[in-house]
Amino acid sequence: MKITEEEVHRIARLANLRLTAEDTARYARDLEEILDYVDQLGELDTSGVEPMAQVLHEGNAAPLRPDDPGRSFEQATALRCAPLSGAGHFKVPRVIER
Amino acid sequence: MQNYRKLTIESVRQGLLEGRFSARELAQEALRTCEAGNGDSGVFLSFTPGRALAAADRVDARIAAGRDIGPLGGVPLAVKDVIMTEGERTTCASRALENFVAPYSATAVERVEEAGAVIVGKTNCDEFAMGSSNENSAFFPVRNPADPERVPGGSSGGSAAAVAGGCTPISLGSDTGGSIRQPASFCGAVGIMPTYGRVSRYGLVAFASSLDHIGPFSRTVRDSATLLRTIAGADPFDSTAANASVPDYAADLSADVAGLKIGIPPEYFADGLDPAVGERIEAGIGRLERLGCRTRKISLPHTRYAIASYYLICTAEASSNLARYDGVRYSKRSESSGTLSDMYRNSRAESFGPEVTRRIILGTYVLSAGYYDAYYRKAQEVRALIARDFSEAFAEVDAIITPVSPFPAFKLGEKTSDPLQMYLSDIYTITGSLAGIAGMSVPCGRSPEGLPVGMQILTNHFREQTMLNLGHAFELDGGFEG
Repeated sequence: MKITEEEVHRIARLANLRLTAEDTARYARDLEEILDYVDQLGELDTSGVEPMAQVLHEGNAAPLRPDDPGRSFEQATALRCAPLSGAGHFKVPRVIER
Repeated sequence: MQNYRKLTIESVRQGLLEGRFSARELAQEALRTCEAGNGDSGVFLSFTPGRALAAADRVDARIAAGRDIGPLGGVPLAVKDVIMTEGERTTCASRALENFVAPYSATAVERVEEAGAVIVGKTNCDEFAMGSSNENSAFFPVRNPADPERVPGGSSGGSAAAVAGGCTPISLGSDTGGSIRQPASFCGAVGIMPTYGRVSRYGLVAFASSLDHIGPFSRTVRDSATLLRTIAGADPFDSTAANASVPDYAADLSADVAGLKIGIPPEYFADGLDPAVGERIEAGIGRLERLGCRTRKISLPHTRYAIASYYLICTAEASSNLARYDGVRYSKRSESSGTLSDMYRNSRAESFGPEVTRRIILGTYVLSAGYYDAYYRKAQEVRALIARDFSEAFAEVDAIITPVSPFPAFKLGEKTSDPLQMYLSDIYTITGSLAGIAGMSVPCGRSPEGLPVGMQILTNHFREQTMLNLGHAFELDGGFEG
């Protein structure tokens, strides 16, 4: 399938990526090559096959635990990893104009 | 210290308990050895001397008090830098997390430290564990200890090279599509992908959550058995970690494998397999037959669709998992960010290398409106067929033997220009990943150029003991040397 540079731009916007013109051309080529390759899956008749989203073992359905509140991270610990924080919050560029 | 480079968990234990060296002396030797060659080898991204010496001192104090030192007491251990270590940098070999200090430890890390292990450093890898050669590290490549012109494999190249190259007796890596088994085979180490859910993923930075595993590297099968038991088991922080009880793999290790039924799938010995590798694996199978295993041909008919299924699923999951690197909470923030939207885009552009970007784009594409059914859902249906191939095979055999990689370690730069060709090299490991079964690479002699070759042993869900027994019997019989 032909993948246009516009298509790559659209995808990059969805993924919050910024690509140079050179990158865009390269990823369009790569994407096209990979999608051509994966097209072979179309040879297989998978009607009636349940999609496998997760490995589940017999007798081991995802175990549930009691919903008991417990201690988690301290707020200060979480904020210490942030590039910019203040007053107990993550700081980001202004999104609402006064 | 004599023979530092050949230590095992057992020889460390003996040395400590007989007083031939202290845990502190051993930790210092480990740090010296690891730091000395790192400029050339590129194995480590960071060292953790404070943590190592504190852990060693705790072991020495236990010895002085006549207390048990734990199953990994005093053993130097390296941890892949996608696994969180509280208070230490955890970069995932990415600019996105270049300065990230982990606020908590992975469950596997907590367990090895409780067992007395001495973590000496964090190992290099492909960025966010995406790659098969370690050349996607944002910082520097790792060189194969068997030949510095060649790659160590990936993505856990640093952890494999640390063990094979004499830095640490054991290490932790992660395996999503072969990232433990393939570098183990390239470097000549033992490496295990446990059953999906056998080891908690809590604190393993997510790449593709339905495929990610933490697992051990070691020089002997026994050491992997000990390390696996230490890290395995249920975890309230990972609901996919299985409740199944954890056997004492090392205590139960048996070299009596006579009568075990072994399946050989011809799909894994077809076109594309380097004849020199094929010859080594055939010789390995012959050895297992002499040990009393009964071999038979089995068919895994959907093998050739595995790469396509895997690279659709893993990129879809990656595009979602890596959305968290937004420059707000813990990852790199661009200096030039006018609006919030600019900040996201600039930060991510400055964060991700080409392979990670490529996978985010592919994953976003296959999940986007209009393509979901054709690609993502189709890939999951094919995944179910591949898993069914294995469950049918394991109704008839106890284990399956295959090559790990179609070829031995290749030269740095040799395959970087063509991403699809690099993906295709993962064919023998990806199938087991999709099915969620257990797999191990054991050394199986060397190619004519002297490069290590790995043999893969696959067993059904939670049948790690059978896999370890086969590897152990193979090792004791001299199979590692070929």
